[in-house]
Parts: sequence; structure tokens; C-alpha cells
Amino acid sequence: MTVPTLTFDGAGVTVPTPHGDKLILAPTSLELTERRIGVIGANGSGKSTLARMVNGLVTATTGRVLVDGVDVAAHAARVRRRVGFVFTDPAAQVVMPTCVEDVELSLRRHVKRARERRERALDVLARFGLRDLADTSVHSLSGGQRQLLAIAGVLATEPAVVVADEPTTLLDLANTRRIGDLLHGLDQQVVLVTHDLELVRRCDRVLVVEHGRVRFDGPADEAVADYVASVEQAVGA
Amino acid sequence: MSTPYLIGTYQPGTSVVHRMPVGVKVAALAVFSVAVVAVRSMPAAWAYLAVALVVALVARLPLRLLGRAARAVLVVAVAIAAFQWWFHGRDRAIETLLDLVSLSLMAVVLTGTTPVNAMLDAFIRWVTQLRRLGIDPDRVALTISLAMQAIPGTFAIAAETRDAARARGLERRPRAYLSPFVIRVVARAQETGDALAARGVGDD
Repeated sequence: MTVPTLTFDGAGVTVPTPHGDKLILAPTSLELTERRIGVIGANGSGKSTLARMVNGLVTATTGRVLVDGVDVAAHAARVRRRVGFVFTDPAAQVVMPTCVEDVELSLRRHVKRARERRERALDVLARFGLRDLADTSVHSLSGGQRQLLAIAGVLATEPAVVVADEPTTLLDLANTRRIGDLLHGLDQQVVLVTHDLELVRRCDRVLVVEHGRVRFDGPADEAVADYVASVEQAVGA
Repeated sequence: MSTPYLIGTYQPGTSVVHRMPVGVKVAALAVFSVAVVAVRSMPAAWAYLAVALVVALVARLPLRLLGRAARAVLVVAVAIAAFQWWFHGRDRAIETLLDLVSLSLMAVVLTGTTPVNAMLDAFIRWVTQLRRLGIDPDRVALTISLAMQAIPGTFAIAAETRDAARARGLERRPRAYLSPFVIRVVARAQETGDALAARGVGDD
């Protein structure tokens, strides 16, 4: 699978407040062509905003974001067909009553015939080891199973890029490893926003975001070292 | 985690009711509802309850889940019946209570034996004519489905928020419970909206 090019062309975000515009992400210029891209940083640093800009959940107030040359703001629907998004809390992402129905929801735009859609959804569940839970209520799933289902729902439409915003934050250690291995094993380009430094060490390129700016952009080990050093400095260690 | 309420939760099965076409089930529920409202008497109320119980048994829905659903409705039904007793007497109160339980049992049978996607597909077929008026049937159907799904989710948020207020010793202060509850429900709605947008729902 060819790796898409994600371009940030002076893309930044500010939000209006009663005290003037608040900077969320400073104008950023990047060209991301690697298969595994990690994004780390403190809470509220702007890393989720950066990730959300890739599929148009957050629109740049300055500059633009392009996916393989297609402007996300101008062609959001077209871009979303190519960019899947995994949220931190699968409870918000999984919206249908049973596992198979939730995957079917993702396929509604792509497969019009109900029977074919059901078969495709069952195939997707089988790929993720969830076939036996097809008719199970999503409320009875464990946190790990629910996140797995959320990822299955995203991958059902075979996007070229998967953006995952802290997908392991709510999971236990075993499920963190399971989901991490799954994401790292995908054919797709993956943009992984995380606090898990072990997970991010397996990325080809890592961005460190701080106070709405990309303060470091480079290989994983160097990025992690830079981030840890900045955290230690901040807490006075 | 267990399902807090059966409403909106499909229970797979092979019973006669499961195999009925969606249209027949919805029409039957509509006829039943109209009958309950139009024909009111104590014998009729007991008959409605008997019919609802028989249909639920034929559907082979788990009794434990039916009980839970009935219990959820009973809280409201008993409150309404109490008012009815006050204003109209005992017979009207019992009749109202029975009618509400019967209607909710029949509604649970419909949602418990029909996958939501089957209901969505049927609904889209029925309201397809609305396209002429500029209304998107897919979107209307999904909205109904989300509303049904929101019920157990909202109950779960309510329980968590109440527990959090109790843990801080604030259970007697409604504001300590209601404010975070409303904020969390709105936040969840926002997150769900984002998730649907990310999945391309509504893009077409």
C-alpha cells in the first residue's frame, strides 16, 4: 500500500475567547510521508488538535492541511473516506446496539445491499477475532473488546490513513499491548497520538508538541529523550 | 459491564416473533397502542397485559431482562398511577398502570427481537418519499436509532455521576449531581457527533 502524504501548510488553530484569540496550535508546516508517525506531548499541548486536523474534525483557522494534495477543509467528505479516526473512548465511537450492527454502520455508505453489508461486517469482525461476539450487545463488551470493535469499525472501510487519538489511555496493560500491536501491524499509514512512550518508540517519526507548537520532529528515540527531558525540567527533577 | 436496560437492545433469537417482518411487528405495535388508548376498561387492561406477556414469552426474551425493563418503566408508571388514584380513584390508577406496563413490554419485544439496522432499513423504505421534501431518510432513521441507544448510555452517566456525588458526601445537593450530569451528557453528545463525523456519517 502506497503511503499517503499528509501536508501541514502553515496550518494552525486559534479559538476566540472573551479575552482575545487563544492559540491551540501555532501555524505548523510539515510533510508526513512515513508509515508510522507518533505524536507525544502533555495534556492540552495541542497534539489531539493536530491529529483531528488530518480528517477535518478540527478545521485550520490559518493555513491548510492536505491529504495526498487534497485540501481537508474544502473536501472533508472525500478525505474522510481515506482517513479513519480512532477515539480515546470507544463508548463515544461505538453507537449501535450490537457489534455487527456497529460495523455495518461504517459500511452503509459503501455497501447498499443489506445482506452483502452484513456479510462484509461479519468478515471484518472475524478478522479482529470478534466474530463470536457479532450479536452481542456492545454494553457487555470489556474496554479492550470495545476499542477493538471501534478499530474494526474504522478499518471496515479500508482507509489509507488511520489516526488514533490516545487509543490505549483507558485500557489495561494487556489490552494496551494488544491494541498497540494491532495498530503497528496495519498496512495503513498510522498517526498515533499517545502518552505511551513504549508504543511511540516503534514509530518511524515522532512529533513532540508543547504549548501548541511542534518543539521536536525526528526519530522516535530522540523525540522520547527530548520529551522526557522537557518533562523533568518542568517538574524540577 | 451489564446492560442497564433492555430498551434498544436486540436479543438474537429464532422465535416466530424474531422471524416476523419488521413492518408486521411495527404495525402490530401501532394497532396495540391505538387499542390501549381507544378501548379503556379494567377487563381490557388485564387483557392487554396478558397479550403483552404472551407475546414476550413467544419471543423467548430473557425474563431477567424483561423484568429489568418493566422495573424501569414501573418507577414512572407507579408515579403516574398515584396521581390517577388521587384524581380519579383506584380503578383508573390500576388500569393506567397496567396499560403503561403492557405498552412498554410490547415496545421491548419489538426492539428486543429486531436488529436496529433492520428497523433502519425498513424505516428508510417507508419514508423514502420524504426525499421529495428535501428530507434525508437515512439521517432521520439514524437519529431515531441514536436516540434509542442514548437511553442506556444516559442512565449509565446518571449512575456514575450520582455515585461520584455520594462519594464526596454531596448526595443531598441536587446541584452537585445535576450540573456534572448535564455537562457529561452534552459532552458525550459532542463526542458522539465527532465520532459519527469521523466515520463519514452524514457526508453524503
